[in-house]
Amino acid sequence: MKKEATLKMNERSSISVKKHLPLKIGLFVLFAALCGVILVPFYAIALSSFKPGEELIRYGLNLKFDLSVMSFDNYAYLFTGDHSYFTWFFNSLLLTVVQVALTLIISATVAYGFAAYEFKGKNFLFICVLLIMMVPFEILLLPLYTLIFNLGMMNTYSAIVLPGIASAATIFFFRQYLSGIPKEIIAAGRVDGASEYGIYLRLILPIMKPSFAAMAILNGMNSWNNFLWPFMVLSDERKYTLPIGLKTLLTPYGNNYDLLIVGSFFSIIPIFVLFVAFQKYFIDGMTAGAVKG
Amino acid sequence: MIKRFLYSQKVAPYVFVLPFILVFLIFWVYPLGSSVTMSFQKITLGQEAEWVGLDNYTKLLGDKIFLKAVMNSAVYMLCTLLILIPLPMLLAVLINNKFMWGREFFKSSLFFPALTSVVVAGTIFRLMFGEMDGSLINSFLGLFGIEPVKFLKGQTTGFIALLTLATWRWLGVNMLYFLSGLKSIPDDYYEAASIDGASAWQKFRMITMPLLKPTTIYVLTISIYAGLAMFIESLMIWNGNNSPKNIGLTIVGYLYRQGIEKSNLGYAAAVGIVLLVLAMTINMIQLAFSGLFKKED
Repeated sequence: MKKEATLKMNERSSISVKKHLPLKIGLFVLFAALCGVILVPFYAIALSSFKPGEELIRYGLNLKFDLSVMSFDNYAYLFTGDHSYFTWFFNSLLLTVVQVALTLIISATVAYGFAAYEFKGKNFLFICVLLIMMVPFEILLLPLYTLIFNLGMMNTYSAIVLPGIASAATIFFFRQYLSGIPKEIIAAGRVDGASEYGIYLRLILPIMKPSFAAMAILNGMNSWNNFLWPFMVLSDERKYTLPIGLKTLLTPYGNNYDLLIVGSFFSIIPIFVLFVAFQKYFIDGMTAGAVKG
Repeated sequence: MIKRFLYSQKVAPYVFVLPFILVFLIFWVYPLGSSVTMSFQKITLGQEAEWVGLDNYTKLLGDKIFLKAVMNSAVYMLCTLLILIPLPMLLAVLINNKFMWGREFFKSSLFFPALTSVVVAGTIFRLMFGEMDGSLINSFLGLFGIEPVKFLKGQTTGFIALLTLATWRWLGVNMLYFLSGLKSIPDDYYEAASIDGASAWQKFRMITMPLLKPTTIYVLTISIYAGLAMFIESLMIWNGNNSPKNIGLTIVGYLYRQGIEKSNLGYAAAVGIVLLVLAMTINMIQLAFSGLFKKED
């Protein structure tokens, strides 16, 4: 529908037909050039993933396409070498899946509470949701660290998952979505004798399905790329997630560029594949917050 | 009996929002409270705390490294605002033009960088801005006969690297925000303006900009927050929290250095509170200026 609206607007625009071509070409060239620049770092790292780390240390990251130094050695090392890359990779995958599943279910439940009922303290609690979105998480790092330490939860995945389990942005998005669902459904459920929880589980959750995709992507992306908090919590190398593992390849004693570059490049691929497959949801998820001012 | 209580229409909403209340109390209210308490104490992990009153705060005021960190974060935030609001807005208007070829393709391509983690993106940019004459940026400058620059050793050049990274990652995302804002502007407005003979610039100035205000406020709010709390970008660009002469040190970087690296929790907590007050104040002023509160009343 949005597309139709744009098209309509386009038809009505006043710019005369003669001016079209130069404008078309100009815009196209502008954006093509911009995209070219934006994609350079990807090309550079893809290229470097075929070069030995030594080459990188000596000449830096560049765009030289030199077949004489390029090989599949790094890839061979990535897939067969003696390192923990794929342990980290699967840790990240596991953590992302668990985190996304729990966050979505819990945030959706909370959002339903806010959307479907009038109750004492509702406004105050919802202001708390908005407040969370405004407080930089970084300032909570130390007290949270102390709390996790005192609870004996250091080096556990629960310590990573639990603080974010009722995600403010996700609750906010689901509540917006639910406010568009007619209250009659709930009333009808009550008439049919369903319990309050039965209404949520059997009637509302199925309707919410489409909104889950965008939030799954948004939370999944954040979780897959999350670094600072897991970095502080996890100390066991076998429990590291991918970003932490990659970071540890950079040491003061010499950097393991052979694995770092190819590993970094490979870590982007799963998200890329998901992005190409579910583009619309990515964009919906990312812009969810900005729609209603 | 208990079942009837829990299943009543009065109690059910509280059951639904209970997880939020718990998380809010345990992981926000309590840490925030203990952060405030800690900021008045001298405290090391696992040891007895000692009350020192306002000592941490008075010490902060005279701490040159802290002031440097505040300066860095503030400048970084300001620069990201100056780049990452007008530019994406302009691009959104251009890409929304009816004569745009390949709009969806360009939208996706510009969005790509947001998919990378800061760890990976930061590593790529650190290497691109390497000081060897063969590294990407220097070899590009070499084409114009410019001598190789030691980017990460200078204040300005270091910031150029940081801001390039920020622009690269967020340009496409912010453009999408503005695009979704543009979609909510009714076509009739432009139509009416055309009939009145308004130029493209007048239409942008009088229709697009004012009606994009909610989007602009949103982007401004999250950019202020993200700019002031920036840390990992700097950590990755300098491959550690210690940049030469602290040119890349940020407020959160200093919090991390004092709290985690030096185990000086009380002092670090005070840094955190200053950051919170700073972020809240700037955002409140910004929101008051843009008249958000007025509209809600």
